[in-house]
Amino acid sequence: MKFSARWLHDWVPFDLKTPELCDKLTNAGLEVDGVEPVAADLAGVVVACVEAVEKHPDADKLKVCRVYDGDARLTVVCGAPNVRVGMKTALARVGAVLPGGFAIKRAALRGVESSGMLCSEVELGLGEDEAGILDLGNGYAADEALTPGRDLSEVLSLDDVTIDLDLTPNRGDALSIRGLAREVALLTRQSVRRPSIDRIPSTTDEAFPVAIENFDGCPRYLGRVIAGVNVARPVPWWLRERLRRSGLRSIDPVVDVTNYVLLELGQPMHAFDLDRLHGGIVVRDARPRESLTLLDDREIAVGDTHAGDACPLLITDAQGPVAIAGVMGGNRSGIGLSTRNVFLECAFFDPLSVAATARRFALQTDAAHRYERGVDSELQAEAMERATALLLDLVGGEAGPVVEAVSQAHLPRAKAVRLRKRRLDRLVGEEIPPTEVGDILDRLELNPVTSGSGDEIVWTVTTPSHRFDIEREEDLVEEVLRIHGYNAVASRVPTGGLPLGQPDLAVAPAARFADLLVDLGYAEAITYSFVDQKLADVLEPSVDPIRVKNPVSSEHAVMRTSLLPGLVGALQRNLARQTERLRLFEVGQCFRVVGDELKQDLLCGGILSGPRHAQNWAHESVDADFFDVKGDVERLLALGGRAAEFMPTQDPALHPGQAAAVCIDGETVGRLGRLHPEVAATLDLPRNVYCFELGVLALATRQRRVFGGLSRQPTVRRDLALVVDDAVPATEIEAVVRERFGGLLSGFAVFDLYTGEGVESGRKSIGISLTFQHRSRTLAEAEINQKVDDALADLKSRLGAHLR
Amino acid sequence: MDVEQIETAALAAAAAAADEQALDQVRVRFLGRKGEVTALLKGLGRLTPAERPAAGARINVAKGRVQAAIEARRNALGEEQLRRELASEAVDVTLPGRGGGGGSLHPITQTLRRIEEIFVVAGYDVVAGPEIEDDYHNFEALNIPAHHPARAMHDTLYLDNGLLLRTHTSPAQIRVMEQQQPPLRIICPGRVYRKDDVDASHSPMFHQVEGLVVAEGIAFADLKGTVVDFVHRFFEKEIGVRFRPSYFPFTEPSAEVDVRCVHCGGAGCRYCGYTGWSEVMGCGMVHPNVLANMGIDTERYTGFAFGFGADRLAALLYEIDDMRLLFDNEIRFLEQFA
Repeated sequence: MKFSARWLHDWVPFDLKTPELCDKLTNAGLEVDGVEPVAADLAGVVVACVEAVEKHPDADKLKVCRVYDGDARLTVVCGAPNVRVGMKTALARVGAVLPGGFAIKRAALRGVESSGMLCSEVELGLGEDEAGILDLGNGYAADEALTPGRDLSEVLSLDDVTIDLDLTPNRGDALSIRGLAREVALLTRQSVRRPSIDRIPSTTDEAFPVAIENFDGCPRYLGRVIAGVNVARPVPWWLRERLRRSGLRSIDPVVDVTNYVLLELGQPMHAFDLDRLHGGIVVRDARPRESLTLLDDREIAVGDTHAGDACPLLITDAQGPVAIAGVMGGNRSGIGLSTRNVFLECAFFDPLSVAATARRFALQTDAAHRYERGVDSELQAEAMERATALLLDLVGGEAGPVVEAVSQAHLPRAKAVRLRKRRLDRLVGEEIPPTEVGDILDRLELNPVTSGSGDEIVWTVTTPSHRFDIEREEDLVEEVLRIHGYNAVASRVPTGGLPLGQPDLAVAPAARFADLLVDLGYAEAITYSFVDQKLADVLEPSVDPIRVKNPVSSEHAVMRTSLLPGLVGALQRNLARQTERLRLFEVGQCFRVVGDELKQDLLCGGILSGPRHAQNWAHESVDADFFDVKGDVERLLALGGRAAEFMPTQDPALHPGQAAAVCIDGETVGRLGRLHPEVAATLDLPRNVYCFELGVLALATRQRRVFGGLSRQPTVRRDLALVVDDAVPATEIEAVVRERFGGLLSGFAVFDLYTGEGVESGRKSIGISLTFQHRSRTLAEAEINQKVDDALADLKSRLGAHLR
Repeated sequence: MDVEQIETAALAAAAAAADEQALDQVRVRFLGRKGEVTALLKGLGRLTPAERPAAGARINVAKGRVQAAIEARRNALGEEQLRRELASEAVDVTLPGRGGGGGSLHPITQTLRRIEEIFVVAGYDVVAGPEIEDDYHNFEALNIPAHHPARAMHDTLYLDNGLLLRTHTSPAQIRVMEQQQPPLRIICPGRVYRKDDVDASHSPMFHQVEGLVVAEGIAFADLKGTVVDFVHRFFEKEIGVRFRPSYFPFTEPSAEVDVRCVHCGGAGCRYCGYTGWSEVMGCGMVHPNVLANMGIDTERYTGFAFGFGADRLAALLYEIDDMRLLFDNEIRFLEQFA
């Protein structure tokens, strides 16, 4: 909410500089979001009197004026149509700088030298009237204040600021000058100087009937006819200016008055064109298939209520809806230039009902903003009188009697809430002296009644109608504490038992995975959990992702089912910035629906592109390949220490010949491989992109280590070069060999892989190194030789392998 | 030649030997079986018995000197050889070593770890929670019923399955209290989501750290002390901390916490939007409705909760002036936090 500091000062004469006022408000929980001067620095702009006006000799639209600025009589050329002799206006003297940096210089205009400029509201940044220069005698200031030579900013009280408050939803009571005045009065120990609002007696009997069908949604509705108005009258400057300083534009006299009352008292009001209303006002729920065209020409199907939607509350007449209660009026009954008779509405609507409707139709109006936070339920009569008085002043007419429909039973009631001293001190952590507590409650207008003594003191308060937010003891604790001052409470640190920690033997510390990848040269990325559906479709065409109903953009429309889209996106952006070699990883939740179950699994994924090594003198520049990424995955798996298998797999994102599923205990826990060349082409990526993705839970589940003994027996080593078909996987060779040797084999390694000259095409040579060791005795040469021969026979019969 | 001449010649020859081989030739020439010194010894037999001892002694002295000279020369040659070998093996130690450099941990992760370290020491458990939440845990159980105006403080992202993306880490409070009874001390770091457009200070995804302490006798003063200590330790600086009354439906009293801008110390700069303060967290005493929802006796137990923006803390700690950089993942940005 924006307000003018001077307007507030009229209500409570605080003796505070603006920063002090802002600090006080902020420290009391009314956060100041910004402060802006209401006008630019207008030094050199003064009141001047026009003493003569003559036609410009060489320009039809210009006039040559003689003006008196308190010091001298100056010649000023002016193009405004409204300039006239005797007028008091604003003169920007030579040397003044107008908003936008426009410096006033002595200048010849079509041959006539002009010593200054006569200014309009727009030129001074004071409003929207650009039809002519300021006519200061016409409603801007009292005549006696308009001494030529006086600074304009002094005459128009421009030494004012607009303060922007970011109010929390519980402080609906502070959404007005009246509410803020109450708060400042309390903080500065003064009383509020409220303007007197008199009852305006009716001067006509004209009335329009009012009835309420739904008292839950509308406990009170006041209506009043103002007959014979002239809405074409201009809105006086003081009112337009107060609206402007509060961040509102002037629309027309009637809307301006309702907005003024909204700002001043916090009561939203609505004005209808009485001649476009029929029968009488009925406040009721929307009926099926009803719709309403709003003032902003949007058509709202208020009657289309789906299961779970609250039924909107409407203001209706004999012909149907004329407004959504507390939110916005309809255009059928809106005020226009032809309006002669006005029907004023001033009601109390249920906050939750207005909130539900405003949210459902996305209508965040000033009225709804206040109603949903709560309006003082005893304010309507006063606000009606205030609006009536202002309207009669502005547009004339005759006021009819106030018609009221009300159900006392449905109005909020004053609540009795108790505050125990013992509870207060316990929640605060130190004693706030009881006299201070009583004083604070008193200043808050909570009418405290004290009972008991010592630590057993209890204050029982009765909430006034503007503090409907206070419901329970803790609310009073907060009220007392915020006035006492949060910063006045001493700090301490909780004490308590010191239970020992319980590290889990079966889980590797989560940080290790990230740390290892960092040590392996990967940079950690954090990408959005929602991704572009197009990208997800390319990488995971067979998975149906969870959609975001109201995404921030189409690029963030589906929940990621994999870390790949985010990592690919990051890779694309880095490639676009000429990064040749990249290794990125991310650890984050991914989201899938499996059957009826929503799975939110933590995954760890990486992507790798470009040369194996950063450019350096020691290594040839070779592109990374499948075994680089596999090596990194093996390092990760080693942290948990559980045996993993790598199975060839088909994955739409991955190269069909360079893709593996990672399996532990028969369960797939991840995948790795080279990005499919077609996918890479679609995404405008190079061909050599590799990636991996593993479930963190599976990675972190740790094999429990138990010491397995040490053999002191000598080891024997045999190296064999086998030739097998290309398609024979290395793991099968290992499996056959292990089967033959059992526990005797203490080491197995592939030390060479060769294809080319000397090996027929379609076959490969694999060098394997076998290490043998018995737990308790020395192995005989002959024994090993025999077993190696047996193993070779197995390899030949089962895998077609022969020695090279 | 007499013994002096031979000795002089031998010493000269040893000194002049250019390598091991030449030195060996010197040894053979003078000390070998047919060597010149050996010949002198053999010639002793031609002397009279009276002359022999003196002559013999003199020859043996010469022999010793020649042997010593050859040995000295051999050592010198060895050292020379080693020196040459070492010189030939010298490398340019300024060249970079083999093996690539390390990668880097994201500044947000580093910030979260720092926060965890601070709290874990004080006995807080670190818990995680789901990022896709239901309305109950994200709102209802936290005393934010449907249509409550406080829901407007959270521009919620909803999913097509009726669930939503958690708008804060506070659902972790509920999930912990569903499982455990007081005393409780937890923090829950994690991602949260709001329907915010991306700009220098907003992102639809960011990180929070939730904290919850519930025990007997927990007061607002404990909350203040914990928050102030945390801020001082996190920034390693006794910076000013300010508590402002605020409003969250799940705490009462509620506060927002500002810290003195770590860059300007309060004078006002672009990091703090020229206010001198940076807003870093919301906190308060756990609302009795929340405790009662979880079946906790509100007369016996009280608690505090806090939730702060880890991205904001990271930005302050690392002087990052544009939040967009945090999720852009440009390598030249990430590498700076290695």
